[in-house]
Amino acid sequence: MSLLPQQIVYGLLVGSLYGLAATGLSLVFGVLKILNVAHGELIMLGGYASFWIVALLDVDPFLSLLFTLPVMLVVGFFLYHGLFTFVAASAEEARIRNSLLIGFGLALVFHNLAILLWTADERGITTAYSGQVIRVLGLAFPIMRLGGLAAAFLVILGLHGFLHRTYLGKAIRATAEDWEAAALMGINIDTTYRVAFAVSVATAGIAGTLVTIGYSVSPSIGLEWTLKALIVVVLAGLGSMMGTFVGGLLLGVAESASTILLGGAYREVVGLILFLVILLARPQGLFGR
Amino acid sequence: MLEIEGLDVAYDDLQALWGIGLRVGSGEIVALIGPNGAGKSTLLRTIAGLVRPRRGEVRFQGQPITRTRPHDLVRRGIALVPEGRRLFARMSVLENLELGAFTPGARVRRNETQAWVYQIFPILRERRHQLAGSLSGGEQQMLAIGRSLMARPRLLLLDEPSWGLAPRVVEQILQIIAEINRRGVTILMVEQNVPAALGLAGRAYILEMGRIVAEGPAAELLQRDHVRRSYLGLLPGTA
Repeated sequence: MSLLPQQIVYGLLVGSLYGLAATGLSLVFGVLKILNVAHGELIMLGGYASFWIVALLDVDPFLSLLFTLPVMLVVGFFLYHGLFTFVAASAEEARIRNSLLIGFGLALVFHNLAILLWTADERGITTAYSGQVIRVLGLAFPIMRLGGLAAAFLVILGLHGFLHRTYLGKAIRATAEDWEAAALMGINIDTTYRVAFAVSVATAGIAGTLVTIGYSVSPSIGLEWTLKALIVVVLAGLGSMMGTFVGGLLLGVAESASTILLGGAYREVVGLILFLVILLARPQGLFGR
Repeated sequence: MLEIEGLDVAYDDLQALWGIGLRVGSGEIVALIGPNGAGKSTLLRTIAGLVRPRRGEVRFQGQPITRTRPHDLVRRGIALVPEGRRLFARMSVLENLELGAFTPGARVRRNETQAWVYQIFPILRERRHQLAGSLSGGEQQMLAIGRSLMARPRLLLLDEPSWGLAPRVVEQILQIIAEINRRGVTILMVEQNVPAALGLAGRAYILEMGRIVAEGPAAELLQRDHVRRSYLGLLPGTA
């Protein structure tokens, strides 16, 4: 049994979710110039939404997205109009620190709300086929996590296509690059902000569902996912969804491989070391411009 | 076409424009000249809706537009080519032009407008798949103007179209501005190159320290001592 290749497989599987988690954070950071540190809590909420609907109606976990996505969009709508419009309206330099204050506050609120609603227990989604594993060349691919990777990849591919092939997507990229110039093109910046935020919330919801399907969800996972997403954003740089996905895979593999090479105790440290090394050596990120 | 009355603009406590009155008639080329920091760019940015005035009124085709937002002004027919061009450097030339035609009215006529822009600037067709950031300074200015034309503006605001360009390219850009004007686009331009600006424009305003200190037909301003001394470097009475 080859230990390292198997760990790399696990790394790729979890890394695809790091990548998906990071795309939403990256999009909002790039377009609205807001760092939403409650992004991980949105992932957590998405996970619970799916857990809930599967527990109540016993639907297929992947189908639960049909419920989770609208729920997340409603949450996102109120968050944006209740809190983030004020941040987005402030001067660009003030946005980061205002969004940090709001984000940490939100994270606390969501964390405690989740404990109230679902208790602090870890929850997972299990179905008839949850435990199945596909074996290729002696490597194990748990089917739920493989489905998660495929779904994450499809979402990012779709997002890439949206940003590069549609008028609205191009308007969002233009807003990210220079919002004033974008406004002079006749682009309504409020609209591109709103759409970018909605897409970010939706990807968080999908990531939450996939995390709950392949792993588990608890009220405290939010900060951890925000941190992973932040490391991936720094690792990959802003501006490329595909780059962010690859960055997620890299972080996943680096973490998994480290458990063999350094022992499990250092798993969480690896990401932080990568974070520092990238900031020192290539602050624009591996794929950033 | 454009009428401005009693316009005061301030950035927080710092007032940049004082009681500006200005008029641009349909089909005109009007130049706005003055030293650095006089408020020329602020005036164009206020007309384009990027800066909100403290007092005064701006009317476009008879309608008040004083607090209209930039993207709505583009729909109504006002386009600004901002200082420093502000291209989307990480996007291709073609994508920049596409974004120029973002408004619904411009989008349906995009192919037609794009053919016109390519006819004015053939180099943009050759470079259409290149990133805007990789173009030379002159090509970037052409793209900035071409991109603004994609919105099919009736009033084109140009902020220093000759900025950072070689003299030969400046000449070319100025000829193109005249050509765009002949095609029915009214132009209000800020220009540091005063002889060129006054040669091209029918009328001009001189802005100093946030106030309009002189206005009139370009040919007449060229004869005034103040203009000759301060902007053309000529002594009064010399040829």
